[in-house]
Amino acid sequence: MTAREHVLRPRISSIRWQRVMLYTVLIAFAIFYLMPVYVLIVTGLKSFAEVSLYRMWYPPSGLHFDSYIKAWFGSEAEGFRGLNVNFMNSVYLTIPATIISAMWGSINGYILTKWKFRGSDVLFPLLLFGMFIPYQSILIPLVQTLQKINIFGIRLYGSIPGLILTHVIYGIPITTLIFRNYYASVPTELVEAARIDGANIFSVYRHVLFPLSMPGFVVVMIWQFTSIWNDFLFAATVTSNPEAQPITVGLNNLAGSYIVEWNVQMAGALIAALPTLLVYIFLGRFFMRGLMAGSLKG
Amino acid sequence: MRRLNWERVVSILLLAPAVIAVAIFVYGFIGWTAYASLTKWDQMLPDFTLAGLSNYQKLFANQRFQIDLRNTVVFTIVFLVSCLIIGLTLAILLDQRIRGEGFFRSVYLFPMSISFIVTGVVWRWLLNPGSPELGSTGINLLFDMLGLGFLKTGWYTDPKIGIIAVAIAATWQMSGYTMAMYLAGLRAIPDELREAARVDGASEWQIVRYILLPILQPVTLSAVIVLGHISLKIYDLVVAMTGPGIGFATDVPAYFMWDTTFRGNHFARGAAIATVLLIMVAILIVPYLVHSIRTEAEL
Repeated sequence: MTAREHVLRPRISSIRWQRVMLYTVLIAFAIFYLMPVYVLIVTGLKSFAEVSLYRMWYPPSGLHFDSYIKAWFGSEAEGFRGLNVNFMNSVYLTIPATIISAMWGSINGYILTKWKFRGSDVLFPLLLFGMFIPYQSILIPLVQTLQKINIFGIRLYGSIPGLILTHVIYGIPITTLIFRNYYASVPTELVEAARIDGANIFSVYRHVLFPLSMPGFVVVMIWQFTSIWNDFLFAATVTSNPEAQPITVGLNNLAGSYIVEWNVQMAGALIAALPTLLVYIFLGRFFMRGLMAGSLKG
Repeated sequence: MRRLNWERVVSILLLAPAVIAVAIFVYGFIGWTAYASLTKWDQMLPDFTLAGLSNYQKLFANQRFQIDLRNTVVFTIVFLVSCLIIGLTLAILLDQRIRGEGFFRSVYLFPMSISFIVTGVVWRWLLNPGSPELGSTGINLLFDMLGLGFLKTGWYTDPKIGIIAVAIAATWQMSGYTMAMYLAGLRAIPDELREAARVDGASEWQIVRYILLPILQPVTLSAVIVLGHISLKIYDLVVAMTGPGIGFATDVPAYFMWDTTFRGNHFARGAAIATVLLIMVAILIVPYLVHSIRTEAEL
C-alpha cells in the first residue's frame, strides 16, 4: 500500500458516508410528502368493518372499493349526497373556462407584444395586479352584479355559466402574462417578414403566432385547469345551489358532515384530487413553467 | 399608411375587452368594496348611507379581528420560515448530482397540484390528536408507534398552537414550490464558481453560506413575496381543516370576512375586512411588481 492510498482511503469513505446521509435525508422528506397520500389510499381501500382511526397506519386486509362507491354515489339511507354531480359540475365548469381563458390570453399576449402602443407598458402591470388581489375584496360587488345579470335567460348567480365568467375574468392577468412572455420570445423578424408579404393583423396571428403557440397553450391550459378545478372561494360564494356546486364545495360539505365516515371522506378527497394529480403526473414539465410564471420569473 | 391605421384600431379593439373587464371587475369592484366599507350596510338589502371610518374603528376594536391579525402573523412567520428552510435545503441537496433527481423533485412538488380543500381534509385527520381515553390517532398515533410519544400534542385542538397546525399543512403543500424556485436559481449559477471556491479550500458549508446564498437573494425575495401574499389570503385550508376553532384559535381575516358577510349579512364590516386585506397584500405586492417590470424593461 502506497502512502497516497493511505491518504485517499479515509476521504473516499467519508464521501461515501456523505452520499448515504444525503439520500437518507432526501428519502425522509419524500416520506413526509407521501405520508398523506399513503393514508388517503390505504383508508379508501379498507372495508367498513376494519376502518378505525386507531388503526390508521395499518394496510388494508384486501382491496375494498366500498368507500369510493359511497363517496361517489352518496347514501340515501344515511342522507348524504355523493360527489358524482359535483365532479361533473367541475368538468362542465373547468373545460370551457380553461379554453376561453387560454384563447383570450393568447390574443392579449399577441397585442401586448407585437402591437405595442403608447401606454401598453403601463397597462400591463395594472392588469397583473389583478392576479394578486385577495378576492375577498371583490366578492361583495361580484355577487351583487351576478345576481342582477341575466343573459338570454341564463341566470349567472348560482349557476355554472356565472362561475365560468368569474374564472375567465379573473384569469385574464395570469393567462395574459404567460402568453406575453411566450410571444416576447418569438422573433419580431418573423412578424415583419409576414407583413412585407402583405399579412394583416389577423393573418399574422393566424399564420405566424398561432402555429407556434402550442407550448404556450399547454402551459396556460394546465395552469387554468388546475386553479379552476381547485378553486373553492368563488365556487362557494357564487354557487349556493347544491345542484351547481363544483367538487371542492361538494368535498367540503361531505367532510364537514358528522354522518359521513372518515374513510368515505378520504375516498372523496382522492376523487377530488385525481384529475389535477393526473395532469401533474403526465404533464409535470409544463406545470412547472406555469408555476414559475406565477412568481413572475417566467 | 391607411392600412396601418385600421390595424391600429383593430389592435386596440382586440385588447379592449380584457382591459374593460379588468377595469370593472378588479378596479371598479375594489372601489365599490372600499365604498361599501364606509357605509351602514348591515343587512341583506344594501344601505349606502355613509358612516365614515366607524366600521374600521369597530373592526380594530373587535376581539375576533385582533385574534385574527395575531394568527396571521404567527401563521406567516411559521409558514414562511419553514418553507424557506425546507425549500432551500432540498434544493441544495438535489443539486448534488443525485440519482433519481426527477423522481424526488416530482414527489416534493406534487402537493402544489391539489386543492387546499383536499389538503385540509387529509390533514384534519392526520393532526387529529385523538383522546386520552380512547387513544391517539393520526400523527400522534404514528409517534406512539415509533416510540416518539413525547412529541405528541393537541395540534389544532390546542388553542395555543392551533394556527401552527394549519401552517404545517400549508408548508406540506407549498414547500416544494419554494424548492423548485431555489433549484432554478441554483441551476443558473455556473459550476466554475463552486469549483474555484473548492480549490481555494472552502468547505461545502462555506460555499453555501458565502457564495450561493448571496447569489440566491433575489430568489428568496420572490419566494417571500409569493408565500407572504398566499399566507395573507389563506382561507380554503382553514375552512376544510379546522374552521375558526375554539376561541377563534385558527380563525384568519379572510375567514372572518366570508363569515360575517355571507352568513352574518354584515356587509359593511365584511367590506372593511376585505379592504384591510387588500391593503396588506398591496403593500407587499406593488413594490415587487414595479421592481419586476423595471428590471425587465432594462433587459
